[in-house]
Amino acid sequence: MKTDDHVKVGQIIDRHRGEDGTLLPVLQEVQEVLGYLPEEALVEVAEGLGLALSRIWGVVTFYGQFHLSPRGKNTIKVCQGTACHVRGSRRILDKIESVLEIQSGQTTPNLKFTLETVRCLGTCFLAPVMMVNRDYFGKLTLDRIEGILNQFCKG
Amino acid sequence: MRKVNLIINGTKLTVPEDQSVLQAAQSMGIEIPHLCYDSRISPTGACRLCVVEVKGKENLMASCTLSVSEGMEVLTNSERVKKARKIILELILSDHPLDCLTCEKSGNCELEKYAYQLKVSSSRFLGERSIYPIREENPFISRDNSKCILCGRCVTVCEEVQGCSVLDFSQRGFATLISTGLDRSLTEGPCVFCGNCLSVCPVGALTEKGRKFEGREWELKKVETVCPYCGCGCNIELNVRNNRIIKVTSSPESVVNQGWLCSKGKFGFEFVHSSDRLTSPLIKKEGKFYQASWDEALTLISKKLPQIRRDFGPDSMAGLSSAKCTNEENYLFQKFMRAVIGTNNVDHCARLCHASTVAGLARSFGSGAMTNSIGEIEEADCILITGSNTSETHPIIALQVKAALRNNRARLIVADPRKTEMAELADVWLRHKPGTDVALFNGMMKVILKEGLLAEEFVGKRTEGFDEFTRVVKEYILSQVEETTGVPADLIKEAARIYAGSERATILYAMGITQHVSGTDNVLTLANLAMLCGKIGKRSCGVNPLRGQNNVQGACDLGALPDVYPGYQPVDDIAVRRKFEEAWSTSLPDKPGLTVMEIIQAIEKDEIKALYIMGENSALSDPNSSRTRAALAKVDFLVVQDIFFTETADFADVVLPAACFAEKEGTFTNTERRIQRVRQALSPPGEARADGEIICSLAEKMGQPMSYSSPGRIMEEVASLTPIYGGVSFPRLEKGSLQWPCPYPEHPGTKFLHRGRFSRGLGKFHSTHYGEPAELPDSEYPFIFSTGRTLFHWHTGTMSRRVRGLNEIYPEALAEIHPEDAAGLGLKTGDMVEVSSRRGKVRAKAEITDKSPPGVVFMTFHFREAAANILTLDALDPIAKIPEFKVCAVKVKKVGESREKLG
Ligand code: SF4
Ligand code: SF4
Ligand code: SF4
Ligand code: FES
Ligand code: FES
Repeated sequence: MKTDDHVKVGQIIDRHRGEDGTLLPVLQEVQEVLGYLPEEALVEVAEGLGLALSRIWGVVTFYGQFHLSPRGKNTIKVCQGTACHVRGSRRILDKIESVLEIQSGQTTPNLKFTLETVRCLGTCFLAPVMMVNRDYFGKLTLDRIEGILNQFCKG
Repeated sequence: MRKVNLIINGTKLTVPEDQSVLQAAQSMGIEIPHLCYDSRISPTGACRLCVVEVKGKENLMASCTLSVSEGMEVLTNSERVKKARKIILELILSDHPLDCLTCEKSGNCELEKYAYQLKVSSSRFLGERSIYPIREENPFISRDNSKCILCGRCVTVCEEVQGCSVLDFSQRGFATLISTGLDRSLTEGPCVFCGNCLSVCPVGALTEKGRKFEGREWELKKVETVCPYCGCGCNIELNVRNNRIIKVTSSPESVVNQGWLCSKGKFGFEFVHSSDRLTSPLIKKEGKFYQASWDEALTLISKKLPQIRRDFGPDSMAGLSSAKCTNEENYLFQKFMRAVIGTNNVDHCARLCHASTVAGLARSFGSGAMTNSIGEIEEADCILITGSNTSETHPIIALQVKAALRNNRARLIVADPRKTEMAELADVWLRHKPGTDVALFNGMMKVILKEGLLAEEFVGKRTEGFDEFTRVVKEYILSQVEETTGVPADLIKEAARIYAGSERATILYAMGITQHVSGTDNVLTLANLAMLCGKIGKRSCGVNPLRGQNNVQGACDLGALPDVYPGYQPVDDIAVRRKFEEAWSTSLPDKPGLTVMEIIQAIEKDEIKALYIMGENSALSDPNSSRTRAALAKVDFLVVQDIFFTETADFADVVLPAACFAEKEGTFTNTERRIQRVRQALSPPGEARADGEIICSLAEKMGQPMSYSSPGRIMEEVASLTPIYGGVSFPRLEKGSLQWPCPYPEHPGTKFLHRGRFSRGLGKFHSTHYGEPAELPDSEYPFIFSTGRTLFHWHTGTMSRRVRGLNEIYPEALAEIHPEDAAGLGLKTGDMVEVSSRRGKVRAKAEITDKSPPGVVFMTFHFREAAANILTLDALDPIAKIPEFKVCAVKVKKVGESREKLG
């Protein structure tokens, strides 16, 4: 963590110190500022709030909203729900994995993409579906994948 | 407590309203299966195996979290309940490796037990299984999450009892598992390796790493005995197979420790089987040791000692007894010195730790021991700890303090220069300068007098010397006390008000108080404070010296002291002496003998020619130890009896191999005056013999046989001569421990002293004056040097450093230096420093920490490579003759750069 990150974490803790039930808001704010929750930040939050590190670890691993490793600029969610599965979503996922050279759950080293799977995006009529950030991409075919990813590589 | 009536399985019963249904059922002998409940910790209701049927309720209820209520009707074993329990077990088993064939827990596993009881052999719910790697990146504990049933006991124990919160639930749903913060290894977090999580784990998820494939549970013989390390005197069970200790356990019913242990008690037994145990007598010839037979060795000693006596008189000989040996052995040792040799020159290491307690409390109250019991601390509402790093030196007493803070919301006052764990937990922390204790506590008493917070009735009825005492205390001016001690006056006032205003206030102290030239005055001052506020002679109050060694209390009780026979009966009291002369059929010397440090001085002056040391390592434990070493080298004839070839043995003419605590029968007396049975679990290695046996054979060789058919017989003799042990006998101890005074066989023993009347009649106030420590920093030696201990080692390390795991966790000596001082010296953690005093120098790694205040350097004395006692001062308290281990002046120099990069 960089020095100014430490300062920022310290400020967040100070702002909430003494309140009840501060842990979740503190973690959320730290994640907002740093993009994820590095171990050092967790240690600082533990010391700052006087809570056991094991308890904080319990909380951050319990809630899906917390990320323990850096996130890519873009989050890809590939649906693996039943409808998409029937329409070959596994092969779509394989393709993305091979293009980005990462596994589902991982982030590319250049921090462009984080790849995740979900169990139904609620748009089964478009199956197979994936989402990149807030955009849906439906009726996917293997040859469209690279093009879509390329759109997000710029900038 | 209000009582309620209820009906369990058709039987009516009445129980206190705060009980759970599970407890109520247990009280009538009905066992309800349970996996997460443990009576010593808060129930969580996690496993649901304890469900019962309650009339009028549709759902089955978990009985461990269900409070009893008036008119409740409960069925604990109905068909519905049985069916539900079976399903719960099947669900647990569906995600459990049925590994019982090689599982270390098998035979003692609660899951296995209930599966058998409820006839559940497999699960209908076969499905995905959670499989995790076994985590063993630490010396002691194996964690197998695949076997974890998520009962949560370990989490609760670590948080509630130990106060460490190392473990918690992480992840969720099917993936839920117990893990440490950041999923690190146990060595990387706040774990203190007490092993208490392991001892409550109902299954094989947490097991002792060292017991792997060393024997099935049912092959282990459990021998109930007492921990050989500290004065807490925890009850342990040695689990033995093929004459080897496989593991140590402790029963939840243990009076002293409720089954909880610390790292030394739980994991520190490996030294017993160390390959370098002494196994045969050794005789030194021309500077070299040769193996000898017992007969040769004893013959040599039995010739030498009488010869020296003939030439120089009996007082040319001295003996050091051992606070590690049993009561019976200490009794024999002092009897040997007094009756066979004919001298009162017998002392032991209590001189170096609590001589000032024995002297001080005897003067104030008439009895020099802990006034109250360990179990009472939990119920105190104010605890004043001073000069005790309780979490590290008396871990089980620290658990009591933590329980009082947690359950009782007790206020904690800590007066200590060091930032110990207790200081961090304190409501008020008085960080006074080392050696200014008298000023600090007189300052507190000044506040109490001025604000009229004293217990006037108590002072009037039960004490004497009050007027003179107030005259002296009134002279103290708080602003000056602030100046002397470095503690802000407001904090002193706050502490005074809390202590005086609490109902059950207890004082706990240890060597930070006693090991000073003003040691006796420090103790007298604390006694004054307790009397002034009437906090003595009552439950959960008192003045409580925490004694260090497992049996230092007993060694004192049994007369291994130069001025008293067993039971603190003065050697210069004619009636007492007559009694012992008659019992031992010999005439006895009438003048008190020499103390530890005086013996060393007498050797220098050629007055002592022979020294017999049983189980002490004076070469490392004495202050200014170079001087002790020179004396050990000089004395004409030195016998050392020990379990290892210690630094002291090196100087001996004859070395005798002794049996250790696990290899003999007897008793230890813990710090709360509790006499407990020590039992033999193993046969001694080679030709080693119990210390008591050795003394008896030697006496016999010298023509004055002392023969007893068993240690129980020795206790009979002790009881007949020692009023405070008068009612103690082995048959009684078989049924449970006894706390002295226990004057006659029907007496139940004494939980706390001085109820209604002090041992000396009236409690006596003593006027104490603050005096400076003997050696203060100056321009040449600018730092104060102080010594102490760590949780993971014991004294001179003879035992604990032969435990690989403890060495792994705490491998070397560290010199603690404050960051401000380190900046001035250009030091960082890991640099090698040379610490020197006027008496010598040692090298150690620096640890830069704010644990000690600026200007103070702190070291432990466990490490022979960096023997802190080379530096310490042998200035003595004039009354108790205890040396000032806690303050001397040193300088610090950097001699090597840390090899580690700064992170
Ligand atoms: S050994 Fe003690 S401190 Fe360590 S995790 Fe277990 S209970 Fe907690
Ligand atoms: S490790 Fe043992 S004590 Fe801890 S939750 Fe698992 S089964 Fe229970
Ligand atoms: S607290 Fe003392 S007596 Fe208890 S286990 Fe630890 S060292 Fe042994
Ligand atoms: S299954 Fe893919 S969107 Fe519903
Ligand atoms: S024992 Fe009651 S829920 Fe586990």
